[in-house]
Amino acid sequence: MLHPILFFLFAALCVGGAINLLVQKHPINSALSLIVVMASLALIYLLLGAEFVAAVQVIVYAGAIMVLFVFVIMLLNAGAEERTAGSRIAAVLGIPALAVAIGLGLYVTLQHGITGDVALGSTPGYPHAVARPLFREFLLPFEVTSVLILIAIMGAVVLAKRSE
Amino acid sequence: MVPLSYYLVLSAILFGCGVLGFLLKRNIITIFMSIELMLNAVNLTFVAFAAHWGVLSGHIFVFFVMVVAAAEAAVGLAIIIAVFRTRETLNVDRVNLLKL
Amino acid sequence: MRSLNLWIIPLLPALGAAINGLLGKRFSKRMVNIVALGSTASAFAYAVWVALQFRALETVPHIETYATWLRSGRFSVEYGFYLDQLSLVMLLVVTGVGFLIHVYSVGYMEHEGGYYRFFSYMNLFMFFMLTLVMANNYLLMFVGWEGVGLCSYLLIGFFFLRDSAANAGKKAFIVNRIGDFGFLIALFLLIKHFGTLQYNSVFEAVAGMPAETAGAGLLTAIGLLMFVGATGKSAQVPLYVWLPDAMEGPTPVSALIHAATMVTAGVYMVARSNAIFSRAPEALMVVAIIGCLTAILAATIGLVQTDIKRVLAYSTVSQLGYMFLACGVAAYTAGVFHLMTHAFFKALLFLGAGSVIHALGGEQDMRRMGGLRKKIPYTFWVVTAGTIAIAGIPPLAGFFSKDEILWKTWQYSKALWTIGAITAFLTSFYMFRLWFLTFFGERRGALAEGAERAGHGHAAPASGHGHHSGEPHESPMVMIVPLVILAILSIVGGWVGIPHALGGDNHFEGFLAPVVGASTEMHGGAEHAPAHPASTPAAAEHEPAHGQRSMELTLTLASVGIAALGFFLAYLFYYKNPALPKRMAEGAGGLYRTVLNKYYVDELYGALFVRPIVLGSTKILWRGIDATLIDGTINQSAEGAQEASDTLRRMQSGNIRSYAAWVTAGAACVIAYMVWRGLR
Repeated sequence: MLHPILFFLFAALCVGGAINLLVQKHPINSALSLIVVMASLALIYLLLGAEFVAAVQVIVYAGAIMVLFVFVIMLLNAGAEERTAGSRIAAVLGIPALAVAIGLGLYVTLQHGITGDVALGSTPGYPHAVARPLFREFLLPFEVTSVLILIAIMGAVVLAKRSE
Repeated sequence: MVPLSYYLVLSAILFGCGVLGFLLKRNIITIFMSIELMLNAVNLTFVAFAAHWGVLSGHIFVFFVMVVAAAEAAVGLAIIIAVFRTRETLNVDRVNLLKL
Repeated sequence: MRSLNLWIIPLLPALGAAINGLLGKRFSKRMVNIVALGSTASAFAYAVWVALQFRALETVPHIETYATWLRSGRFSVEYGFYLDQLSLVMLLVVTGVGFLIHVYSVGYMEHEGGYYRFFSYMNLFMFFMLTLVMANNYLLMFVGWEGVGLCSYLLIGFFFLRDSAANAGKKAFIVNRIGDFGFLIALFLLIKHFGTLQYNSVFEAVAGMPAETAGAGLLTAIGLLMFVGATGKSAQVPLYVWLPDAMEGPTPVSALIHAATMVTAGVYMVARSNAIFSRAPEALMVVAIIGCLTAILAATIGLVQTDIKRVLAYSTVSQLGYMFLACGVAAYTAGVFHLMTHAFFKALLFLGAGSVIHALGGEQDMRRMGGLRKKIPYTFWVVTAGTIAIAGIPPLAGFFSKDEILWKTWQYSKALWTIGAITAFLTSFYMFRLWFLTFFGERRGALAEGAERAGHGHAAPASGHGHHSGEPHESPMVMIVPLVILAILSIVGGWVGIPHALGGDNHFEGFLAPVVGASTEMHGGAEHAPAHPASTPAAAEHEPAHGQRSMELTLTLASVGIAALGFFLAYLFYYKNPALPKRMAEGAGGLYRTVLNKYYVDELYGALFVRPIVLGSTKILWRGIDATLIDGTINQSAEGAQEASDTLRRMQSGNIRSYAAWVTAGAACVIAYMVWRGLR
């Protein structure tokens, strides 16, 4: 009973934030809307029982990545977006394509009727439950991603450095 | 008891918003944020299915997606800073020299 | 059977051609001469040796086979040579006269460029001609046939920097090709029906077939098609148009190829195929009629020509007509006899004309000649001998051969005899006209003008006739000696064929009897009994009936009278009263112009055949198909690719958002595809 209400509440927050991201002119407003979206998503994860993921979402995504975004926005001091002519083809081609893609995807999933409800907190995604597969079956991807981050750091440093 | 399809629809909506933002916005940083939005929508799908089927590999994949998103954001923003230094603009329509 | 190694005979000139052709550029003139003359002389010497061995041969025809050339199923063609009386005569004529002309050319071509090339081509021609006359099957003969056509083209267009020469060479080759087309079809028919192209096999197979009547039938077809080839090669109506233009070549070429040897290949071929022709009387009739028609047509044109070589060219066409007339009335030996005597006196006349042209530094127009009798005496006397010979005045060679032809024609058709007699008159007339115009009277052309036109007959880039301007001078000995030899041959050459009616034994006819005897027998008509086809080349023993003998004598006297009449009229027109021809020409007006322009035949061919073909080729084949269709397709596809890429290029606009749109579109397509696959 509570589950659907909570779900719709948080879903509304997500969608609202997303739409606000689109609508806002200044990037900082968009960034803040995105933080709202991420927070709501974290709450939805909690609804689904994915505690670890929710926590990581807040810490990493909302806490680190979005902060990084805000830092860059402030560093570059980008003003409000101006209107440029741009390309019309983006809208002309992209939006119908998007509609087709989403429409098809939804059609398939809804048509085939993936029945089954998801209970509140159905999968207990405790940290220790997540950790076991992570360090056993998925050890290799784990190590690879760590290397990936290392490379990303090096790349970021090299790219952003002011050339002397 | 919320049907799985609701989560999927929500995910689709968020993804659609992300794509729209990518197509319509002109500020590079905003475009980046739309990409993050898309990634989040996908994460939601993963977690929803993980809950539906009761396996945890969905969570683990979400974990990896987040890691990759972080790396990508870092490098991407570095690129934006580099581009900003030369082009003095964050308008993506002005960064159009790579053409035939 | 002892081999005579006949292959040596054509090989010697072939070697000469190869050596001169490949290395001649670096040789001195002396070296080129040694190679060219040496090969021809040794070929002639060998031919003489073969002739001496001829009596001792057990089997005649003597066939030597060297290798198999083609084989296809049961059909095979060999490299082989065939020696019988006919080919022996041809062999001696070709090598002998050829050698004399080579010697003459040493002097004539002294100042021309491309000296080694000339002799290389001449030797090559000898090789092909010898292959032609000695081949033992039609295909090898055809190789020689085509080869002499090629050499004719090369030699006519020898001064290739001149447009007219190049065009004349082309014309000769193309017109020849038309004739060859007929010849080839005849060969195909032979292959189809007899399965072989070898002379003896074909003749054996044909021997069993009856004479065809009613105009239809295989042998008639073969005969007519072969004759088409002969009209091309031997310049008969309607394919004679190339021979007058062929005078663009150097004079020795005209003598060798277009008088003595190549153009006689057609006559040789008809005589060789007498077995076929005798069984196809319709075809023979066509041969006779065309021969006769050509004879008189060419004679009329030659009557009004002003270029000395043109007169001789038309004369050649006319005399060839006589030879075909002879073959057409189944008097093959008479035709070959005339071939031999004609080779002598026509080569003599051409070389003599060359001597005159050389003396005048290049002048060829008879209207500018005259009064040369005292200036170039040797030339004068030899040309006189040739003229008398061709006019048919006894006891020179032309008289006997021409007379025999006319006698045999009388027995076949009085109408043809009449035309032949008129032609004889015309021949005598125009030859003496030439004689008078060239040697008698006052010198008409201005000397300076004559020397200036040194480009006319001798035209070559390096023509250095500077020291010749001025008085006409006699030719060097190297040119005179062959002329004298040919003159002697023109005088005595006919004496091997003195007919019985005049008390001779007609050795020539007897000699050739085994070759053509059966055919002459087959040909109906009130002829004198022919020699039976025994293999003894002894004198034929036939005693013409007394009435026939007196008829023959009467006709002989008639032809002498005709020749004398021609001489007398020429004397009248061109010596006594030089203004008379001009008045007559003006009086005749249109008729004169028509004849002068060769009855506009060239123009007719041009309009009927050449122009439509050229037009069709240009408009349809070249512009339409080649340029528009083939080139167009390729160019269009290239341009299409360019346009397509131009269109596609707009995808790479540099605009990131459009890239995103394309990516989304691609994603949508992939999803659609997956859905569709899933739904199936």
